Amino acid sequence: MAECDRVVSCTSSHTMDKSIILPPDEIFRNLENAKRFAIDIGGSLTKLAYYSTLQHKVAKVRSFDNTAKEAHGDKLYEIAVQEEVTARLHFIKFENAYIETCLDFIKDHLVNTDTKVIKATGGGAHKFKDLIEKKLGLNVDKEDEMTCLIKGCNFVLRNIPQEAFVYAKHADSEFRFQKTHPDIFPYLLVNIGSGVSIVKVESEDKFERIGGSSIGGGTFWGLGALLTKTKRFDELLQLASKGQHTNVDMLVKDIYGGSYGSLGLTGDLIASSFGKSATADKEFSKGDMAKSLLHMISNDIGQLACLYAKLHNLSRVYFGGFFIRGHPVTMHTITYSINYFTKGEVQALFLRHEGYLGAIGAFLKGAEEDNPNQYSWGENYAGSSGLMSVSPDMSPMQRARSGTFDMLEMDRLERQLVKLPLLQDPSSYIPDTVDLTEDALARDYWLYCFEDALDGVVKRAVASQPDLPEAQERAEKFRQKYRHKLQTLRQQPFAYGSLTVRSLLDTREHCLNEFNFPDPYSKIKQRENDGALKYYLKAVKTLDGLEWNERQFALIRGVLAGNVFDWGAKAVSDVLESDPEFGFEEAERQLEERPWLVDCYDQWFERLKGPPHRCALFFVDNSGVDIILGVMPFVRELLSRGTEVVLASNSGPALNDVTNNELQILTERIAAMDPVILDGLRDERLMLVQSGSSSPCLDLSRLDKVLATVVRERKTDLVIIEGMGRAIHTNYYAMLSCESLKMAVIKNSWLADRLGGKLFSVVFKYEVPTGKLSPDGSAPSPL
Amino acid sequence: MDKAKSMMDKKGASGPFHLANGQSQRGFQSPSVVSANGACSSSSSGHSHSSTNGENLHPLHHGDEPDCTGSPAKRSRLRRRTESVRRNRPPFPWFGMDIGGTLVKLVYFEPVDISAEEEQEEVENLKSIRRYLTSNVAYGKTGVRDVHLELRNLSMCGRTGNLHFIRFPTQAMHRFIQMGSDKNFSSLHTTLCATGGGAYKFENDFRTMADLELLKLDELDCLIRGLLYVDHVGFNGHPEAYYFQNPSDTQNCVKRPCTLDNPFPMLLVNIGSGVSILAVYSQDNYKRVTGTSLGGGTFLGLCCLLTGCETFEEALEMASKGDSTNVDKLVKDIYGGDYERFGLQGSAVASSFGHMMCKEKRDSISKEDLARATLVTITNNIGSIARMCAVNEKIERVVFVGNFLRINTVSTKLLAYAMDFWSKGQLTALFLEHEGYFGAVGALMELLKASDDL
Repeated sequence: MAECDRVVSCTSSHTMDKSIILPPDEIFRNLENAKRFAIDIGGSLTKLAYYSTLQHKVAKVRSFDNTAKEAHGDKLYEIAVQEEVTARLHFIKFENAYIETCLDFIKDHLVNTDTKVIKATGGGAHKFKDLIEKKLGLNVDKEDEMTCLIKGCNFVLRNIPQEAFVYAKHADSEFRFQKTHPDIFPYLLVNIGSGVSIVKVESEDKFERIGGSSIGGGTFWGLGALLTKTKRFDELLQLASKGQHTNVDMLVKDIYGGSYGSLGLTGDLIASSFGKSATADKEFSKGDMAKSLLHMISNDIGQLACLYAKLHNLSRVYFGGFFIRGHPVTMHTITYSINYFTKGEVQALFLRHEGYLGAIGAFLKGAEEDNPNQYSWGENYAGSSGLMSVSPDMSPMQRARSGTFDMLEMDRLERQLVKLPLLQDPSSYIPDTVDLTEDALARDYWLYCFEDALDGVVKRAVASQPDLPEAQERAEKFRQKYRHKLQTLRQQPFAYGSLTVRSLLDTREHCLNEFNFPDPYSKIKQRENDGALKYYLKAVKTLDGLEWNERQFALIRGVLAGNVFDWGAKAVSDVLESDPEFGFEEAERQLEERPWLVDCYDQWFERLKGPPHRCALFFVDNSGVDIILGVMPFVRELLSRGTEVVLASNSGPALNDVTNNELQILTERIAAMDPVILDGLRDERLMLVQSGSSSPCLDLSRLDKVLATVVRERKTDLVIIEGMGRAIHTNYYAMLSCESLKMAVIKNSWLADRLGGKLFSVVFKYEVPTGKLSPDGSAPSPL
Repeated sequence: MDKAKSMMDKKGASGPFHLANGQSQRGFQSPSVVSANGACSSSSSGHSHSSTNGENLHPLHHGDEPDCTGSPAKRSRLRRRTESVRRNRPPFPWFGMDIGGTLVKLVYFEPVDISAEEEQEEVENLKSIRRYLTSNVAYGKTGVRDVHLELRNLSMCGRTGNLHFIRFPTQAMHRFIQMGSDKNFSSLHTTLCATGGGAYKFENDFRTMADLELLKLDELDCLIRGLLYVDHVGFNGHPEAYYFQNPSDTQNCVKRPCTLDNPFPMLLVNIGSGVSILAVYSQDNYKRVTGTSLGGGTFLGLCCLLTGCETFEEALEMASKGDSTNVDKLVKDIYGGDYERFGLQGSAVASSFGHMMCKEKRDSISKEDLARATLVTITNNIGSIARMCAVNEKIERVVFVGNFLRINTVSTKLLAYAMDFWSKGQLTALFLEHEGYFGAVGALMELLKASDDL
């Protein structure tokens, strides 16, 4: 298995001294198109950053030219795989011992001749300046360490959801990831390198070193080495994690015989660090001394950090620097210290990509002309190693990997992402319904589920590219990569922030893209769209023949029945593959009868008797029957009622979800048949926007900026979210400031079980924010 | 806690403590023995502020202050007062004890106004205790009397005498208790006032080994009371407190005596084995702001481990000869000079023991350098925390006490420098000559006050 291969190769890389056994092209990826290098050389680790442009295969659909009466068979659009250029940031972390080998590799593969300068920061930048200039032929341009650190910190806080976490050693889940705060400033950054710097950051460009201490990581290392004759920092931490500080420290109870009650000092509190070694004539164990030293330094730093946080009235305090970097031991002692000194008022926060901050900042300094801060960036799960991938204290097996390379890759997103203006409380919004990091039972199930579905995904990926003979090989690579991710997540659920169904799905999409399977479902979607379109008029006609009351119910049932058609759900894809004729009517028959599992239909029906909504924002789900026979008739009814409709679909492909690109064509086709849709489009009462996402799930805090603008301008007063991924795995508990409708059919028996329902149970959740709706249904504008 | 209140005459007359002014004390008879135990129990009572009567709040006065030599009415009041004091005077010997984590501090009041009558009545073991303590400067292997700190001709509770300052390691506590037992201390019916953690830790040992009951006192109450008292009575005619003039200029840095005339508010930093930091607003109104475990015990403990030394004196001696810049990484070691972006001087320590990350440097470092670096690290850290507390509490005067500062000019000067430099002259560091003894003095005063409460 991939995991084992890695371990072996890295162990051997140790013995073979400074040579990389790992295929370097898997580490320094895409060097041919690399530019804008930056390097951060610390005391033991080097971090390299560069920017690359990727030739990326993307699936695009294109309408056939209708005027030319060619034979297209039955297809209404063609699928073209285009090469598109996207931008990616690469960050690689490796031990300083490999620096020369790495520079050689880069030199050999660097094609881009525009690059003249490499930005450098970190304590070692000076030391390696000549080597870098000689090897790469680039001019080393030094950047201020702290400035880089802060820039990097701002960048990850802004672009990576769940970057920051609280560490709780004895809790069910050690890592509690923080929801992204809409405003990242102000904060305190406590950087514990060899010394400690305490920096107050007030805005992108405004920060100030408000204090520091000389007692830091260097003190732990230097003093620890003297006391224990242990050379390496990691070994010292290992020693410390096994030691008993009470043998060395003088505790309150050693002085008082118990606690110092009147001051509330407990007996176990350290009164004097190393106090016992001053009076006792005995040998002290190395572990005990290392532990005492660790406590002494962590407590001291925690105390200073609290004093500064208090003085400057700051509650968000991030800790970083090599003392912290991925070491559970130091995260624990710092957390403990902060809790003690602030009585829980301030939480110690740590960052997943803390080790990269300097390199990211140096890179950003060098890339200012590319304006990286004007874009949104997203962590690429396929190309990034997770948290703790090289932590020394994870397990003995992991320890052998300390020679491995840790990577972070970030993709430039096509569109700038912002939060939905209709979130009731953006700062408390969490997209995901279940945090699998905390829910072990659910985690086991979903990890199993995704592993189980892997064969099918591989098969479909291969099938999607029948003309490309090497597709099989790529698909196998995809399988390995994703399986490895799943295995990592089983061991370390926290590796990429909170583990959720969404993150598992997104990781799969990233891995598929990585191996150039941009849209494995393109053909299926095409076929289903074609098929469903043929029934559109018939479906509309049937609906139009119904009484108003009946029609309202039929429309909702239609959306729900359409939603049964989902290739992303295992239960359904089994049926779909075995029986392609699984029809719309049959889907309707499968649907649960009312009362549904969650059933707000009566309230919705009452609401419909009231005045029409001004504008509805509809997050759509699947291609084919779902969008064409389920959603479109419903949209049509809304338009007829006088409600404007904004259809939000994915910017990029994910499973069989309809993409914005496809929806454009589909809507045009429907408009050609249906004057209601045509008029809507013409009068711009029906708008198609992209969500900014390429995920089967939905994060309402990261949406396309255009969408947010439209929502605001149109004074949207109804949000409709459809499908399991968007309305159940995510957003089930999302609170909106306007009316909302969440509709989904549960196509997973385990999940149905959990929710107290059964397969094909229906969730129909209609919510009105409190105080927004008067009984007659005249909802005041939320905006 | 307003334990001091009870020491005050409500009418604002002089308190029970006086510097001897010769004649006035003569003729006082030996005190009739009162039930000290009874007095003890009331020591925790009497909490109310007396700040409204507009008179000198300080209960402690020099004997030559006007109210002692003033009008006949005042004199008569004073006489009545002293009579009452005399009646309530506790029996000798008078001790105050502070049992810390590392050191036991003992103050002993040696009466020098003993009349012939009194001398005759004095029981033998009381005499022997007095002779033993006053005729020696060292006790056993580890006990020391700090002769240079002795306060002479002090008037306390109507008696004149000398206050002696004695210390010994807490490790020797059991030998000390044994001695108390051997000398049949319990027959003297005195109350042993003790503060510090050891008062709690060893309480049972005192009881079972020597049949002695301790009057346990809070260490911070005692510290403040003792400090204010010693500052008030002065150091044999000289001020008790001092500061450093030109602390940021090593060439012209000089020690200058001063008084804490108006001591409040002050940030009191007590550096013993560990460190306590108090914000003191009046004798009875204070709070413990914070503390740190990096204190004197850490310095000595690390020095012992790093250099193999055994005593504080040895450690300081080594430190005085060492150079910490061989051990610590300075800003200039990293940046080649000042780190201008953040206004850090090149000479500032960037990483304590930072050079010791490197094996070659570890192998060639001297013990003296290590001792010095340990001292500088601990001292700077205390300075840094104290400074932050002073800023947070908005207090400009920072008073450093505790035995860590004994014979430790490296630290006192460094603290003075740190306060001055990092606050740009806003903060002043003050020090006191009787560094570590205030808790013990405060305990002694509690003994005298306890009797006065009757």
